[in-house]
Amino acid sequence: MNVEVVHNILHKHQNAQDGLISILEDIQSQFGYLPAEALKIVAGESGKALVDIYGVATFYKSFSLKPRGKHLISVCLGTACHVRNAPVIGQEFERQLGVKAGETTEDWEFTLERVNCLGACALGPIVVVDGHYFSKVNTAKVKQIIDRARRGLDKVEVKTDNRVFPIGVRCPRCNHSLMDSKHLIDGLPSIRVTASYDRMHGRLSLSSLYGSYNVSTEYVVPDNAIVNLFCPHCHAMFSGSSDCTICEAPLIPMIVDGGGMLQVCSRNGCKNHMLDLSGINI
Amino acid sequence: MINLTINGLDLSVEEGTTLLEAARFWGFPIPTLCAMEGLSPYGACRLCVVEIGEGKQVKLVSSCTYPAQEGLKIRTASERVLRARKMIIELLLASCPQSKIIQDLASKHNVRQQRFRQEYEDCILCGLCVRMCEEQMMAKAIGFRGRGETRSIGTPFDVRSEVCRLCGGCMYVCPACQLRCTFTEPEKAICGGCANLSPPCVEKPTFDDMMCYMDPCVACEIVKK
Repeated sequence: MNVEVVHNILHKHQNAQDGLISILEDIQSQFGYLPAEALKIVAGESGKALVDIYGVATFYKSFSLKPRGKHLISVCLGTACHVRNAPVIGQEFERQLGVKAGETTEDWEFTLERVNCLGACALGPIVVVDGHYFSKVNTAKVKQIIDRARRGLDKVEVKTDNRVFPIGVRCPRCNHSLMDSKHLIDGLPSIRVTASYDRMHGRLSLSSLYGSYNVSTEYVVPDNAIVNLFCPHCHAMFSGSSDCTICEAPLIPMIVDGGGMLQVCSRNGCKNHMLDLSGINI
Repeated sequence: MINLTINGLDLSVEEGTTLLEAARFWGFPIPTLCAMEGLSPYGACRLCVVEIGEGKQVKLVSSCTYPAQEGLKIRTASERVLRARKMIIELLLASCPQSKIIQDLASKHNVRQQRFRQEYEDCILCGLCVRMCEEQMMAKAIGFRGRGETRSIGTPFDVRSEVCRLCGGCMYVCPACQLRCTFTEPEKAICGGCANLSPPCVEKPTFDDMMCYMDPCVACEIVKK
């Protein structure tokens, strides 16, 4: 466990004076579970008693004190799902993954758990994998769900998702197009900028699909690092006036072809972005 | 001062007292398990239920957490209160039959059997020990964990707490984890030896060898004679 990560989370929450649950949620999203060491750090920093924090962590079912796998599969066994054969679906997951509910597979890929209602009874039986809801599941779909989870559900399916559309952008300083037709991402010309991090300069290509987070870089940038981005034509540094609402890193502005501004977060791994179309007559 | 009526008597108590304190001050006994002087009221055991109000507004409240109000009419031993109390005692017996304090309560309230599935817990989750640890010992070594059926009291991660001084205060206040006279039938929930004229253990021949915390015990006196 990385102690510094916990301290960063606590710092973000006004030195642990914020609500305990949101702190624990952040820790869990970082590590996948609540490590005992992290809870002790939270207790020490916030001045709350460890028993109280432990009480909250054990009270809520969404918190886990045991390490969990990369993917979390929750099978709903609420009343509405139960009468639509959810127990059999649960058993099918158990059989295919080779674990019982509440356990994690040996390769640390999947954790299977039962939940008692997800509040979407009309869509039942419901299975939630990594925050993605699968509705009206039957035993035949179980294998498909596991396969998709293994491939990664957070990858945007460009072809089928109509929330994703391509945009072209320009440098806000020199108004030169940043589109790079030699380097394709998601089958479309990418947005090419120069990225600098820790004295390394290199090409950074972003997908031009709004909603796709695929990037390719010349150098490996560590997760959570903030990068400076430059225009490859006028070499001006992109700098905006606003900060990311999620991680407080600077937001980087670019002009969208046809009007409007696109702002992307400069922190590697943060997916915050904004498309500002105010003041445009469509 | 606040004027209220307890069991038909017009009485006055100081502002800020609870109904339990008021009733006890004026000499009306109310049984409790989770209330203790010096610890904050918690309202967990529900044994201290009293009936308040008149007409359609009559309701049962836990007297240990209910503040005294001007003109309040309180009945500490009405039929409904006694019925509720008996039910609570039965439920307590169903979960913690081996507690001497609960046994005595049952005897006192003439509860001779309980009709629920018998369990053998050693905790009624009254939270006395948690409050003792926090409020009197200033330690906060133990607390509630989990919820629902799996709710329990203990230290974080079930290891010895760094803030625990082994004062034993938690055991001292506990109404449930004391042993009782179970004689040779631990599955039998109610002995009631102290209140029964013919305690069940008297007829048993191996009476001499048993561990018994019932003191004073009617059965022992009978056998000695």
